[in-house]
Amino acid sequence: MFEQSSYSEQYTFFQKLRSFDFVLIFCVLCLGIISNFSMYSTDGGEFLYHSKSHFIRFVTFFSMMIFLSFFNLRFWHSTAYLFYTITLGFLIWASMYGVTASGSQRWINLYFINLQPSELMKIAIIVCFARYFHREQMSNINSFKNIILSMAILLLPILLVVSQPDLGTSILIAISGVIVLWLAGFNIKYFIYSGLTLIISLPFVISMLKPYQKQRVLTFFNPDRDPLGAGYQIIQSKIAVGSGGLTGKGFLKGTQSYLEFLPEKHTDFIFTLFSEEHGFIGSVILLILYGVLIFRILNIGSHSRSFFGKLFCYGFGSAIFVYVAVNMSMVLGLLPIVGSPLPIMSYGGSSMLATMIGLSIVMSTKIHSKQIIH
Amino acid sequence: MFDGGDSNVRKFNTVNRRVFILKIAKGIIFTGIVARLFSLQITENKKYLTLSDKNRLREWRLPPVRGEFEDYFGNVVAGNTKVYQLHVVPEQVEDFKYLMVRLKNILSLTDKQFSKIVKKKKQQKPWETLIISESLTWDQFSKVNFYLHELSGAKPVLSVARSYPYKANYTHVLGYVAQASESDLLENEEIKNKHVPGLRVGKTGLEKTFENSLIGTNSVKRYEVNAFGKRINQVDFKEGEKGQKVKLTIDTEIQKLCNELLAEKSGSISVMDIFTGEIIAMHSSPSFDPNLFMYGISYKDWDLIRKNPLKPLINKTISGLYSPGSTIKPIVALSALENDVISTKFKVNCTGKMEMYGQTYHCWKKKGHGIVDLRDAIKQSCDTYFYEMSRRLGVDRLNITAKRFGLGNTVFKNLYTEEKKGLVPSTKWKKNALGKGWVLGETLITGIGQGYIQTTPLQLCLMTAQLANGGFKIFPRITVDKNQESLEKIKYKMKESLKITNENSSSLIRSAEEIFYKGEKEYNKLFRNQENIKFVLEAMSASTNEVRGTSYRSRIDDPKYRFAGKTGTAQVKKITKLQRELDLDTAQIPYEERDHAWYVAFGPYKDPRYSLCVLVEHGGSGSATAAPLAKKLMKKIIDRHEEREKIRKNNLVDI
Repeated sequence: MFEQSSYSEQYTFFQKLRSFDFVLIFCVLCLGIISNFSMYSTDGGEFLYHSKSHFIRFVTFFSMMIFLSFFNLRFWHSTAYLFYTITLGFLIWASMYGVTASGSQRWINLYFINLQPSELMKIAIIVCFARYFHREQMSNINSFKNIILSMAILLLPILLVVSQPDLGTSILIAISGVIVLWLAGFNIKYFIYSGLTLIISLPFVISMLKPYQKQRVLTFFNPDRDPLGAGYQIIQSKIAVGSGGLTGKGFLKGTQSYLEFLPEKHTDFIFTLFSEEHGFIGSVILLILYGVLIFRILNIGSHSRSFFGKLFCYGFGSAIFVYVAVNMSMVLGLLPIVGSPLPIMSYGGSSMLATMIGLSIVMSTKIHSKQIIH
Repeated sequence: MFDGGDSNVRKFNTVNRRVFILKIAKGIIFTGIVARLFSLQITENKKYLTLSDKNRLREWRLPPVRGEFEDYFGNVVAGNTKVYQLHVVPEQVEDFKYLMVRLKNILSLTDKQFSKIVKKKKQQKPWETLIISESLTWDQFSKVNFYLHELSGAKPVLSVARSYPYKANYTHVLGYVAQASESDLLENEEIKNKHVPGLRVGKTGLEKTFENSLIGTNSVKRYEVNAFGKRINQVDFKEGEKGQKVKLTIDTEIQKLCNELLAEKSGSISVMDIFTGEIIAMHSSPSFDPNLFMYGISYKDWDLIRKNPLKPLINKTISGLYSPGSTIKPIVALSALENDVISTKFKVNCTGKMEMYGQTYHCWKKKGHGIVDLRDAIKQSCDTYFYEMSRRLGVDRLNITAKRFGLGNTVFKNLYTEEKKGLVPSTKWKKNALGKGWVLGETLITGIGQGYIQTTPLQLCLMTAQLANGGFKIFPRITVDKNQESLEKIKYKMKESLKITNENSSSLIRSAEEIFYKGEKEYNKLFRNQENIKFVLEAMSASTNEVRGTSYRSRIDDPKYRFAGKTGTAQVKKITKLQRELDLDTAQIPYEERDHAWYVAFGPYKDPRYSLCVLVEHGGSGSATAAPLAKKLMKKIIDRHEEREKIRKNNLVDI
């Protein structure tokens, strides 16, 4: 075992390259290509601002992902807390000096990129928990200290993101954090208790919601309540998807998006555009690609011999699933509209960066699956 | 390492087990999403496809092109002219205020017009077309086009509008068009279906009656629009059909002459074909120019028309009710003869007045006519003779004959909403309407066309026509109908009706009218003995063409033009004793109290074909005022006869 681990630490470049997960890379590339074509379509069939910058980001961050994959898993293990702390620092920075856009202060200006630290936090929280529970004994996991500490790790960024205000992202961070905690072995009763507490406190939370957020929740339950106001997005999105039919209206022929009936078509509603143009068949293919991607990530996790890698893969895979499921349910009218991008597909640098970092850690886990981190 | 091994294995087991549970949950959720996609895209695809098309396609309807009116000779009497309009859709304008100020300068609108447009904008929905101007001059139109790049949202439009080339000549026949009102939309489904802002519809007259065939169909432009309603491209254009043409029986030349004859006067002239019932002219004076209504009439012009004491808005030919005066005498005489009350040889001594039941009834001739027979009585219009004859006839028998010849009922069937029925009194009528018994004195004045009796000029024209054609029922009409019967067929049918025995005739007339409503026309005889008709017509000729006839001065000796007629001078007010003694000239009496001047005639006498009726309101005596107009008119009518026959023979094929 020691031999193996010491041996594995001396992987050559080509050995590492050979143990890459090519199915995963294939899925990511496919999604990347699809997302670029969709972005091209949102620009009305021209290679304009959105499609250009999306293409550049994809190429840059994808290359970065390949490069980062060669990093030893130990690097991620040892820098996990640092990663979390820096990201938390960014969040605090954003809350103080952040760039404000459309009523929300969520970006920080890093001169070469406008970074949205809440997106990075989606990954950081998983890395942090993976590190935290890596060495923890099973018998100790449900200790009072652990519960308090992990709650603090989770709640601190959530509160910061909520105050931006960005309800969607904070919910996504919370869900992926909770899933990791549960996977780590937290007793199920804690979740039930906190779940009950949440339901009881829900009326108070709702009373504290901003009017536009309340509007969205109400609109979700009855989109026809105000078809030209708050319900507009859901109705138009459903019309777009529904009118796509089996095979769709064809590439660049989605009238709903081309004639600007679709809101936010670059970002949260990119799936709607794709679904309108490529129909049921295209949507299912896209869903299968995401399914395979998530399955591969979970599979890599199950083959990892380090708990850090395992927990990260499980957590990250689940998180990707949550993002995809929430985004699709939202545009199909199954969930209220909350800001949640579709990983890789949606326009947005920080989301792309976070996803690619996560994927590179997964890849690193795959390459160093035999490795045991002390 | 191995110390923690057991704990590690437990930890690994826990996480693997929990991931397995998660995987199942994920599978379920993904399946749910696929199911949702299936229901939206496959099951409900049709619904969403329609919604998507509804989103992206918008129709623009253009006003239909209105059908034209033509006269008998094919001249357009109500047509369409090109007009340049300026439209704005407020919704598509970025800065409405700026645009309006610019337009105000370019078109040099007055403050009043400006505020009117702003007011109109507030009443409309933002996506409805706002018509800034309905008739730009060519100068204004080109100016707007020149500055168009600065006037985003303004749309210069080439449109068509109703025009009446003969102006005041056809006003009362055709009516006029104006912007459809709320009640127009409610009353007429057809208008509602075809309505677009600025659509003009018939308000009165034939324009209103034939609305549904005149209106045509809208042209439709279908555009693809984006979410902001901006037109992206035209998908479809469906050209609308022009409304149907309506051909009138009127001869514009004669119609124009009528207008000239009545210039500066208030009154009516109507001319009719005594066999086919075709209205050859129908004019009411004073008239007004209906083109004024095209773009909304100005308050000043409207006030002038509305407040004119001569009432230009009323179509006097069919809506004016007047005492017929002596023009009714041929019918009174006919009624007396038909009922064997008197013979043609019956004589009365006219002394200028007649005492009866303590009342004095005057003849128009103070000195009296001396001993007169029936022919002389009609020729010289002796009132005393008619008092005596009516007394013997009684009002109820007169009522039957008068109604049979078309008095007391509308001349057209549902052609003009404003047409009046008039009134032919009877003892029964008075009891029902006034609750009083009939007084014999009232019979006497009814016999000379005064009192309760009221007729429209067109009724008298029809009455004269039905006498002149030998006493047969005809069916007046003002439009040319492809299914109408030919002149020859009508004459044949009249001859056929002679064969019906007299005993059945009255019941047959009734049944004929029932048949008429079903569409089949019967030209029944209206008399018992045609000799009586011939006698009356001859007496009318004497009245015009013999010395001492009331309209002798207006006769035409040329046999081609010779006509026969009957004058009428209808009192407006009861003449007092003082006035009778003063014996004032017409010019010395206040306008409102002057007599109405009547003249009914038919011609040419040898082979009658046309009848006419002239009324000059407050014109004085019939022989001095109305008959000379009829003379000029009859000459023109007969001059135009051959032209008209040519058209008739070309147009109509015998059935």
